[in-house]
Amino acid sequence: MSEHSKNLAHHFSNTEQQFESGKLGMWLFLATEILLFGGLFAAYAVYRANHPEIFAYAHQYLDRNLGALNTVVLICSSFTMAWGVRMAQLGKQKQLLWSLMLTLVLAIAFLGVKGVEYESKWKHGLLWGKNYNPVEHVEAAPAHGIVGEAAPVDPPEVPTGENASLIAPAQTGPAGLAHTSGEAAKAHEEAPDNVHIFFGIYFLMTGLHGLHVLIGMGLILWIFARSYWGHFGPDYYTPVDLVGLYWHLVDLIWIFLFPLLYLIR
Amino acid sequence: MSDASNTHKPHVVDAKILIGVWFGLLFLTFVTVAATWIDLGALNIWLALGIATVKASLVAAYFMHLRYDKPFNTLVLIAALVFLMLFIGILLLDTGQYAGDIIKGAAPALSY
Repeated sequence: MSEHSKNLAHHFSNTEQQFESGKLGMWLFLATEILLFGGLFAAYAVYRANHPEIFAYAHQYLDRNLGALNTVVLICSSFTMAWGVRMAQLGKQKQLLWSLMLTLVLAIAFLGVKGVEYESKWKHGLLWGKNYNPVEHVEAAPAHGIVGEAAPVDPPEVPTGENASLIAPAQTGPAGLAHTSGEAAKAHEEAPDNVHIFFGIYFLMTGLHGLHVLIGMGLILWIFARSYWGHFGPDYYTPVDLVGLYWHLVDLIWIFLFPLLYLIR
Repeated sequence: MSDASNTHKPHVVDAKILIGVWFGLLFLTFVTVAATWIDLGALNIWLALGIATVKASLVAAYFMHLRYDKPFNTLVLIAALVFLMLFIGILLLDTGQYAGDIIKGAAPALSY
């Protein structure tokens, strides 16, 4: 017991057992995370199997370039995290701090791109459930041009004086008279029913993933502070390793989300 | 109890391996995008999932260190994946039984 490490909790025999136990615990947690996301992947599989036309239509509204960019960003952040663990193992504190900082910057970039995508969905009314309402967003989304039944038109001219009518004019024209481009009308006709289901699944999957990115960022910040205080080195780097595992899982989930959501033919 | 032989010594992954895996993942990301330029019909999704699985295995084996860990950690991961595939597989078998009936005309038969 003379060489008792200051990082060894008293209920472990030695640092090797402590490290292995921590890792096993983390992997058990990651298994539950996979099952948590698994429910959403199951929802995706069932809806896509039953309604492939909805997925083929709706995925056109996702920007695959932004999706690919975010995939690259997350892969790079996974690399910088793995590099950080390596630096902790080698006791290179300064490079560990740099690796964690880069990982954080890439995480912020990921959320920034995600924010741009969400904003465009929001503007175009491409949301979940009852909030899926591209009809009311025709003005904002001429490119998508889905036209509704009661688009407002200019109020009619009201004659005054001698010609004044006793009957008040209607404030709006009859439904369906708004100007529509041929392309917009075509897009409307091609849209299958229940497209909102796709966006419900899209927002749940990417939203839960985004939440994990946020939690991961908090954890990396915590590891960054502890690294700055010099808590980690070759003898003890378990928290860096475990936060790394969490961050890689976030990357793993996205590796499957990207082709499933953005790359539907 | 705490003899020196049981003191944890880190297994450091070689820098070349980490960088190689990084570039491999970036390359496979390009491949998965490029694969959508070819029309393989129903096979496209399986190709995309196959590439994603290779990428995920690279991340798990090297970035997540599973290749150098005790095999039990890999067993935990594989067990979770097996149960997930059972779950989704049986769900698809089940929903396929009803696909034609529930909403006539709105639910085409299984194509994947």
